[in-house]
This record gives sequence, structure tokens and C-alpha cells, in this order.
Amino acid sequence: MSDLEAFRADTRAWLEENCPPEMREPVRDEDDVYWGGRNASFKNDAQKAWFEACVAKGYTVAEWPKEYGGAGLSPAEGKILKQEMGRIKARPPLSSFGIWMLGPALLDFGTEEQKLKYLNEIARGEIRWCQGYSEPGSGSDLVSLQTFGEDKGDHWVVNGSKIWTSYADKADWIFCLVRTDKSDKYRGITFMLFDMASEGVSTKPILLISGSSPFCETFFDDVKVPKDQFIGEINRGWDVAKYLLGHEREMISNMGGGDGSGSLGKAVKPMLGEDAMGRLDEPMLRAQLAELDVEALAFKAMAERFMDELKARKNHPATPNMMKYVGTELNKRRHELVMAAGGSEALEWESEATGGGAKPRGWLRTKANSIEGGTSEVMLNVISKRILELPDA
Amino acid sequence: MPLYHDDDQTMLKDSVSEFMKNEAPVSHLREFRDKDCKDGFSHGLWKQFAEMGFTGMLASEEDGGLGMGNVEAGIVLEEVGRNLTPSPFLTTSVAGVTALNEAGKAMRDQWLPGIIAGETVLGLAIDESVKFRPTQIAMKAERSGNGFKLNGRKQFVVQGGSADMLIVAARTGGSAGETDGLTLFAVEKDAAGLSADAARLVDSAMAAHVEFDNVEVTADAVIGEVDQGWSVMTKMLHAGQTGAAAEMVGVGAGAMDMTIGYLKERKQFGQVIGSFQALQHRTAHLYSEMEIARSAVLKAQQLLDEGDKGAPLMVSVAKAKAGRATNLAVREGVQMHGGIGMTDEYDIGFYMKRDRALSEFFGDANYHANLVAEMSGY
Repeated sequence: MSDLEAFRADTRAWLEENCPPEMREPVRDEDDVYWGGRNASFKNDAQKAWFEACVAKGYTVAEWPKEYGGAGLSPAEGKILKQEMGRIKARPPLSSFGIWMLGPALLDFGTEEQKLKYLNEIARGEIRWCQGYSEPGSGSDLVSLQTFGEDKGDHWVVNGSKIWTSYADKADWIFCLVRTDKSDKYRGITFMLFDMASEGVSTKPILLISGSSPFCETFFDDVKVPKDQFIGEINRGWDVAKYLLGHEREMISNMGGGDGSGSLGKAVKPMLGEDAMGRLDEPMLRAQLAELDVEALAFKAMAERFMDELKARKNHPATPNMMKYVGTELNKRRHELVMAAGGSEALEWESEATGGGAKPRGWLRTKANSIEGGTSEVMLNVISKRILELPDA
Repeated sequence: MPLYHDDDQTMLKDSVSEFMKNEAPVSHLREFRDKDCKDGFSHGLWKQFAEMGFTGMLASEEDGGLGMGNVEAGIVLEEVGRNLTPSPFLTTSVAGVTALNEAGKAMRDQWLPGIIAGETVLGLAIDESVKFRPTQIAMKAERSGNGFKLNGRKQFVVQGGSADMLIVAARTGGSAGETDGLTLFAVEKDAAGLSADAARLVDSAMAAHVEFDNVEVTADAVIGEVDQGWSVMTKMLHAGQTGAAAEMVGVGAGAMDMTIGYLKERKQFGQVIGSFQALQHRTAHLYSEMEIARSAVLKAQQLLDEGDKGAPLMVSVAKAKAGRATNLAVREGVQMHGGIGMTDEYDIGFYMKRDRALSEFFGDANYHANLVAEMSGY
């Protein structure tokens, strides 16, 4: 047996022993997802047991080095763990912007001291992070951000506001882009880290068209930030931000059929009925669903090629922008058809039978896909300039 | 297997690309069109294809070929598409050879050496109406003595007027709509009662309406099994469909590159038009579509070569997606070229014409999207 085969067998056995049956059920409610943090509580014993077993094994962040709270798995082992968790439909033990966003930035740009402290806190789910990027006046033109940190010797005094801060009202700490030099647009931003419990920080949830409030407005009023709480170099935070945006686009690009969701047409046929030939009995809708399947399966191949080329370092560095554009537009199209196929039932906003309006809420949520993390229009700008090398106006 | 070309395939691509650029660029097509050549392709070039080893790529080494797969054939086809090279490669060396690989040794010995040598050309006689509907084939092949007697009409037989042999799909049993009862025949061009009426197509290729009037063939002319032609035909069509999709990706990429080049040169309002965001966004969208199509085609080629049971679904995805994306590429190509794009003197129109023909060949995007729905269970 090869090392990887042995690893797969061990992993399978470990999962069998440690992943409770309840943690193999699909996620239904928001509190089925464990986000960690100072104020977190477990929904039930199974969630707690699964989380704790993973922390002890380093499996909340399996591919991070052991000294930072991971299991030190190689990419091949990490892929096997994902496959085996997928096989038994295990829920992720911990969801967190610390894992997805800050962690990768720290691994690349952090000091050893920062890595030991912050990465271990993330891995153990002790600190829940949020991301402070966009501002009311700085959306697509992110680099125009105005939140300012005034240098006071051993600390900065930060004033300004952020918007679309995911779960800021529930987060313990924030990683935040703050202007520290007003004379240089790109080289005047520092990537700061600070405690959301600091004096002068306040948050206000934003009610979205989907009826939920995953985002907040976040206000900073004379917030003191010690001068050692930043990543990379002072005034060079844009480098870190750009790195993280690329990373975020890769994650978002996995939506829309690339995630392995099956044929929508097949799923809705029982509800809509079939003709004598066994075809979905709604010919125009069937045609649209067929086109969607063509797009989704083709995109799935594109996603596979993208990941394979990424591993072999064959990609153009701007490719994640294309993946983000295509993946999010496809996901929106899919949800338009979910609504069209769902008919009047998909209009129900609260009924128990519809899972509290899962379809319309999910549909509306997808409209943000092509806005958050860089709009489709910005993605198209990047593709045309960096890949196609079309000139500036 | 990673979803990109390996080192050998990349080398092949480089050498094919160099060959097509030098020997069969778009000016070669223009020259042939202007000469009103009756066959629609150059026999000299076909010989050169043989010298390069292209003609026998899909034939087994035992039969004198290279024993390569659909990925490699697709590499040649993409360059054929990019250069709009007129050639019988897709019908003869891809679809035709795939069918002959299923035939007995005697038939392989009869036809493969000529194909591999670049001397023999095949035509595929499948369509009976204006659209591709292979299960609807009604043409009759009745038992007669030791063989069969063929009666009926076929159309859109590309190179049908100059082909040395036609692969003919006809019914020995069952009725239109059924897959059982179909049989494939290898019919020689000088068979008594066979008449081909060749006509020039929009892309300057030649395609024939072929009439079969009591054409007699022996039992040896059957490719595969009597009444069981569907299985051979399916293999032939999958290779042809994936090949046409690969050629389309080449056509789309060629049109797109030409258009992007033009956007970087043409000046209006005092600046190059490629600096206008209205055109940049459309071009970036087109690029994304072409990349997706390319990925789908490569996936279909790999699955076919691996004999994966998921191959048929991906073949239809590839033909449909390549059809949509390349159609966008040629439409945007002509539009973004503006007035010059409408002139015969400029090459972009040739891309639009070839795309149109390839779209219809082996089933258009609607046909394949419908198959995707059927295969997905709705």
C-alpha cells in the first residue's frame, strides 16, 4: 500500500470514529454552521464533539503546519481528506474568515510571532475575524479608501467607516485596510489588525433584499491601534489586499455548477411533470435548463482545468478574475431558473414547507455574487487589460 | 490525467501549428475558393498531411497508423480551424477511420493504407433532411442475393463528389426513430446506380446530394454488424462531433485573435478602438466563453480516449458549447471590424462562414443541448 493509500485508510477510519452522524446531515439552518469566536456556543453536543476532535487532530486547517494549529498535510493528503469528508458528507467543523482569508495572508506575509499567535487562535476557533475593505465611497475603486490612521508614535488613531463587513457584529477582531499616507494612493495603505472590542468601534447590520443581514456598516471613532498590529509593511498593505482578493476570487469562482451540484432540469422534473417521451413537460423551460446544463458542465471542465493548471503553475495570473466572472454569472443564471421552475411555490417567503423561503432568499442572495469581491465589470476590465492586453483609454 | 496538454501533445501542437501556418494559411483557402476548385481541397496538401503523419493518427499501429487519440486529432483540428484549412481530415481521418477501426481486417486492409498514404478520401452519407437526425434515417438497404440493394437519397455529404468511398447509414430493419436496424456500408464511388451532385457550400467546401438507385453491395461492405450499425455509428459520430468542436475552437480562437489584433491597431476618435470599454468588456466576455469551450472540448476528448462512460454527455456539451462560443466569436469579429469586416477582401468573413458550416455538421448546438437534457434525465 502506498503512503497515500495508507493515509486514505487511516483518514477513513478516523472520520468513521470521530464524525458524529448528525454532522453528516446537510446544513439547514444558520446555526448548523460553527463559526467559533469568543461568544460562540455550540448548537448541540455533536457539533462540539466534531469540532473538538478536529482541533485536536489539526483538521480545522489540515494543510497548515502543525506549529500553527494545522495537521501539516501535503496538498495530496489535503485533497484526500476533502474527498473522504465529501464521501460521508461531513460538515466543515469550523467556518471562518480567519481560515479562508486572513490565514493565507498571514502565512505569506506574517512574522513568525504573528503566525504563532493568530494562526493558532484561528485553528482553535478562539477568535472570529471579519474583513474591513469596502467603504461607502470606495466600492469597485477600492484603492480610493479614506479610513485614516493617524500616527501617534506607538499607536495609530483610526477614524472612518467600512461597509459590507461580513458578520462584523459577531466578529472579535478585524483585518482592515487603513490609509496611513494620504499622498500615495497605492503605497499609502496599511493592513491593520485590531480588536472589535476596542473603544470607538461600532457596527450596524444592513438588511438585504434576501431578508438576512450578513453584512454590517462598521464605524471607527478614534480607535487606538498599537503600532505592531499590521501585516507586511507599513504603507504596503495594498500588496496584501491584492493577494487576498485573488484568493477570494478563486473561492467565489467555485460556485455555479463547478461545485458539483447536479442537473437542475432533472431535479425539477418530478414537480413539473413529463410528456409521453419522458421529457420535462414545459418545452421552453426545458430548453433553457438544457442550455444551463451545457454551460454548467462546460464550466465544470473549465474549473477542473483551472485547478490542474494552477497546480502546474501554467495559469495566467489573472485567470481567477475570469473564473470569478463566469462562475458568479452562471450561478445567478441557475437561480433565475430555480425560480422559473419553482413557480408560485418559489414565491413563498416564510412557509415552513419551503424551508422559510429558501428559494427566493437564495435567489436574491446570488445577486451579490457578481458584486462582492469585485464586480463582473471590474473582472472584465482586468481580463481585457491583463490577459488580452487591450490599451487604457 | 490533468486537464491540459502533456509535453508530447504540446510538442505536437507546436509542430502542427508551424505546418499549418506555413503550408495552409487562410490565403490557401482564398486561393482555392478563387480557383473554383471542384473538390474544395488540395490533393497535394492532403499528401503533405500524410507525410506529417496526420492522416493515420487514429488508425492502430497494427494497421500502419499512429494509434493516437482524440486529443491528438483535436490538436490538428484546432489548427485546421485556426487557419481555415480546407481538408478531408475530419471526415476521413477522424470520423471515417474511427468507423473503419470497428470493421473487419479485410475492410481495414482495403481502405486504411490509402487513407494513411493521403490518397483516399471518404464521405459520410448520413443526413436525409436539412437537419442532423441520425435516428430518423429511413433509407433502405434490402437484402438481395449475397448482399444488399440500397435505395434512397442522402445530403450534406461533405466531399461526397470526390470521395473514393462513402460510409452510408441505411436501414436493414426497424423504422425511423429506432436505433436498432441501422447498418453502415462502405460504398465505392463508382458503384452502379450511385450519383453524386456536388454543390459549393457557404464556406467553399464541396458537399453532395447523393442518390442511390438500386446500388448493389456485397455483404463484405458492411461495417460492423448488420442491424447493429448504431454502435459503430455512435463511435464515428462521437469522434466527428468532438473533432468538429475542436475545429470550431480553432475557428473561434482564430477569429478572436484577429479581432483583438484589429482592436489594437484601428484608430477612431483619435485613439485605438481597443481602449473603449464598450469593446473591451465584450472582448473579455468572448475570451471567457472561448476558454470554457476549449476546456469542455479537451474534457470530451480525454473521456473518449479513456473510454469513460461519461464521454457521450461531455461530447454533446463540447459540441454545443463550442458552437455557442465560436458563433459569438465570429459575430463579434465581423461587428468589431466594422465595414471592413463586411468586405470579401478581409479574412474575418471566412471565419463566419466556416463556423456556420461546422455548426451544422454532426448536429448543431440545439440538437446537442437537447441530448444533454435527455442524458441528464429530463
